[in-house]
Amino acid sequence: MIDFLITFGLTLLMVLMVLNLGGLLLWVERKGSAVLQDRIGANRAAVFGKLPFNLGIVNTLVADPIKLFTKEDFVPPGADKLLHTLAPAIGLVPLLVTFIVIPFGDVLIIGGREITLQAANLNIGILYVLAMVSLSVYGVVLGGWASNNRWALLGGIRGSAQMISYEIPLGLALIGVVLTFGSLDLQEIARAQGALIGGWIPAWGIVYQPVAFLIFLAAGIAESKRIPFDLPEAESELISGYFTEYSGSKQAMFMLGDFVEAIIVAGLITTLFFGGWQVPFLLRDGFHFPWGGTLALPSLLVTLLQVGAFTLKVLFFCWLQIMIRWTLPRFRYDQLISLGWKILLPLALANVMLTALIILLFE
Amino acid sequence: MDFVTFFALAIPLVVIAIMVIAHPSPVYSALFLVLTLFLLAVYFLFLDAHMVAALQIIVYAGAIMVLFLFVIMLLNLQSDTQPTPRRGLGRAAIIGGVILVAELGLLLQRSSSERAESSLPENFGTVEALGSQLFTTYLLPFEITGILLLVAVVGAVVLAKR
Repeated sequence: MIDFLITFGLTLLMVLMVLNLGGLLLWVERKGSAVLQDRIGANRAAVFGKLPFNLGIVNTLVADPIKLFTKEDFVPPGADKLLHTLAPAIGLVPLLVTFIVIPFGDVLIIGGREITLQAANLNIGILYVLAMVSLSVYGVVLGGWASNNRWALLGGIRGSAQMISYEIPLGLALIGVVLTFGSLDLQEIARAQGALIGGWIPAWGIVYQPVAFLIFLAAGIAESKRIPFDLPEAESELISGYFTEYSGSKQAMFMLGDFVEAIIVAGLITTLFFGGWQVPFLLRDGFHFPWGGTLALPSLLVTLLQVGAFTLKVLFFCWLQIMIRWTLPRFRYDQLISLGWKILLPLALANVMLTALIILLFE
Repeated sequence: MDFVTFFALAIPLVVIAIMVIAHPSPVYSALFLVLTLFLLAVYFLFLDAHMVAALQIIVYAGAIMVLFLFVIMLLNLQSDTQPTPRRGLGRAAIIGGVILVAELGLLLQRSSSERAESSLPENFGTVEALGSQLFTTYLLPFEITGILLLVAVVGAVVLAKR
């Protein structure tokens, strides 16, 4: 019973964290874009009147949701009402449950009980992530088709072609990492990255698999449909692409879905390439520095440090994706497809072959 | 898998599978097929075949069916533009169905006589177990399937270039 409650609690925690971070990222994106474009950005709706500091965060965290949820929920005439309503949920729900396989700490020891800080410990780990992300494509496809709008349909078609194309380099980049660490379970991958190469360098995935990291970053951004890969919505060509005909809370769900996908990409990059919850030189009983010094820490503090490190890394990669979004221009459609199939796919295949060869020769 | 779970899954599964061929709209047919494949994956989960369940969703529900939908949307198929079924198709379907049922019956008979009280091995359905089976016992079928897929890819490229 207690085991069930712990799993339930961890799962709920992960889903709520992802939901809240998604909402927060909306503000970070507005403010981040403003910083990059030398504007002030969202700073209105100061509910407490004139304050000495900027309360723009209130704008997007309180005023925006109220605006979105009180807007008219419009279903265009001739649209498929059932699928039009279901599409945002089909797009969002698989993404919300993806994060449960990503570990956010090693173990938490409370009252003699060891709790692994990973909501679902699956043997198929990474495959579960791929399965859920591939299911979320239906939200885009159905949203585009059910709207009975040509721009929406074009957006849906673009979305399905793009996401199918980039899932392949994404999966192949993961194979390189899986070959290196010999497991599909993300917690085991994170634990394996606690080792040190030559006693100094943390054995993070980026050290072994730099090419896989770049492929994964590119394919991951393409999966989350953000600039420079935002062809499915491309506001200068298709109005808003697949969610042109959506308003109010349904549109909010599509927007949130994109942010949740960005969080998933950040979480996976952190776990696979940047040590997950690992802090360099921090073992379960404290710091063991390579120059000989040790610093013993209580177990609770170690766990907190690990969770903090994981959160910081995830936030950093969310921020990196937002920076990329507001820095690069959009690809043309043929460039997008040829980048996926002619550059990323052969590169990912070569990376898998080379990794396998090296492992075969040296181990 | 107990009796209740089996039928709680099987009845909707069969109804949805029938809807695939009964629904007039191609998009809904494809979606019912996605749902069928998804429920099949749930079946595999209950049978401890986690790897197979994941692959079922990634490959069939997540990739192949998206391509189906892609084509349906690209050609903008409506229910009234469906071609009329070819004559003789019904008879062929009945013959094929009878053969399929006979085969299934034969298989069931054989497996029920073979099925001893043996329990599943410890690592049944894990990635490691499935992988080692694929690359040892079933290496030849695995490689043949790979070559078959390669031929299909080359054929598609040749047809597209024509």
